[in-house]
Amino acid sequence: MTPAIEVAAIDCLTVRLFEVIDEGNVPWLLAAADRLRSTFGAALVELVPSYTTLMLQYDLMQLDDAQASALCRQALADLAPAQASSGREMEVPVWYHPSVGPDLQALARQRGFSVDELIALHSGRPYSVFALGFAPGFAFMGLVDPRLASPRLVTPRQKVAAGSVGIAERQTAIYPAVSPGGWNLLGRSPARLFDPSLEGFSLLRPGDRVRYVPILRDEFLRLGGDDTPMEATP
Amino acid sequence: MSTLMVEQGGALATLQDSGRFGVRHLGLTQGGALDWLAQSWANWMLGNPLGAAVVEVTLGGLQLHCQGEGWLALAGADLGATLDGQPVDVWRPLKVQAGQRLCFASPRCGARAYLAAPGGLCAPLLAGSCATVAREGLGGLDGQGRALAAGDRLHWQAEAMVIRAVPMALIPDLRAPAALELILGAQAGSFSGPSLFDAFDQAWTVDTRSDRMGLRLTGTPLHYGGPGLVSEGIPLGAVQVPPDGQPIVLLNDRQTIGGYPRLGALSPLAVARLAQCLPGDEVRFRPEVAYAAQRRHRGVMVGLLG
Repeated sequence: MTPAIEVAAIDCLTVRLFEVIDEGNVPWLLAAADRLRSTFGAALVELVPSYTTLMLQYDLMQLDDAQASALCRQALADLAPAQASSGREMEVPVWYHPSVGPDLQALARQRGFSVDELIALHSGRPYSVFALGFAPGFAFMGLVDPRLASPRLVTPRQKVAAGSVGIAERQTAIYPAVSPGGWNLLGRSPARLFDPSLEGFSLLRPGDRVRYVPILRDEFLRLGGDDTPMEATP
Repeated sequence: MSTLMVEQGGALATLQDSGRFGVRHLGLTQGGALDWLAQSWANWMLGNPLGAAVVEVTLGGLQLHCQGEGWLALAGADLGATLDGQPVDVWRPLKVQAGQRLCFASPRCGARAYLAAPGGLCAPLLAGSCATVAREGLGGLDGQGRALAAGDRLHWQAEAMVIRAVPMALIPDLRAPAALELILGAQAGSFSGPSLFDAFDQAWTVDTRSDRMGLRLTGTPLHYGGPGLVSEGIPLGAVQVPPDGQPIVLLNDRQTIGGYPRLGALSPLAVARLAQCLPGDEVRFRPEVAYAAQRRHRGVMVGLLG
């Protein structure tokens, strides 16, 4: 594996490891991130992993572009994928229900599943966190069972409730806060995805393995969830 | 003196410092002063750390009531600022007395003015920064991403370390045409030949649909002929080209990852210059390699740090 190193800006390099999205990319990206962090040390400003790339921002008062590229190549020589254990195993409770997951029944009907079968399919496999973006704590995860893949809504909703769990194509995610959104919504999690008072701020981080755990309304409420129906979300 | 009372927030006045770092992988944007150079000079005049918190006054309308005597410093755009009706010089420190009113009218030259106070303005920090990011609901006086509004009080605690004006020769010339240094990115080669010519050989017009997240430019559309892209990290100043061919320059409050093709990215100095452009202004791109842009950047930093 010889990653391509591309100039992205005056002080940014894009390290390109892959061309297409695949769960198998994650251990390689994690390993590359570890290597780059330790090699750049205090000269590293940001390291932004995504599906196929890492964007690295360095301190241009400490390094010039040639030095930064050389450090990148040095850091990534003989790269080997990280052990599966280097990401964290996370469980996130989800209340799957039409009142908080307005697309749950339609998607099940459209794919020829019962609602319970759809829930079992969606919660039945662990998902890798590929990247965080769109909003603080918004984790792009995948890949969902191909039979659940569904395009984004043609017209995004103006307001999606915090905690909403959705599908877009073969990705799944949880909205950390109220926001506009075009993903197909199946339920809602009581988990706080982004909390400035938490160490690390974000519940999920790139490389984590996430399992959705179906819960019922009582437990959802006990865990602090807000069951205001989707249509009534302020 | 340690307080300014906001009597009127105006078009958009926010608390900004140099922004949040080490958090982009969590989906948090950078935030911070768009014209970081003017912000740095405002702080420099009082001997503050260059990234200390200041007020970013966009377009004007801000009205402040001084509750005591002391020094402030103003840099960046000329927004027709007055102190009790008397014009105030930009790029110079400013002595204020209790009871005086500091008012920002409207743009005479540039779009954003920076007001610094001794030691920097006080506000709660998240990831080491009080930068106001409305979209994320973070930063600012209350930590909720709110712009300044009537009734807000701006505090600081220090005395000015020094009081000095910006040397004439180092004042950025905001009346000169904006020639924006653009470092070509990896996807530049996938734009058509005529588009690469058009990108650098036309005056682009700043569009009204511009904010702290991104600034749109209009002109002869650019055509990207490469493959579809997978979302990846977006640097400050990235010049992304959506399917309509009209570039968007991504600024401090940009999304952290995205999948539109990019021509490259403006240098930080070019971003600072662009931040002073108003809708209807014309700008040009000037291709540059990273190495040369870095040398120029370091030269400017030596002036600021010296």
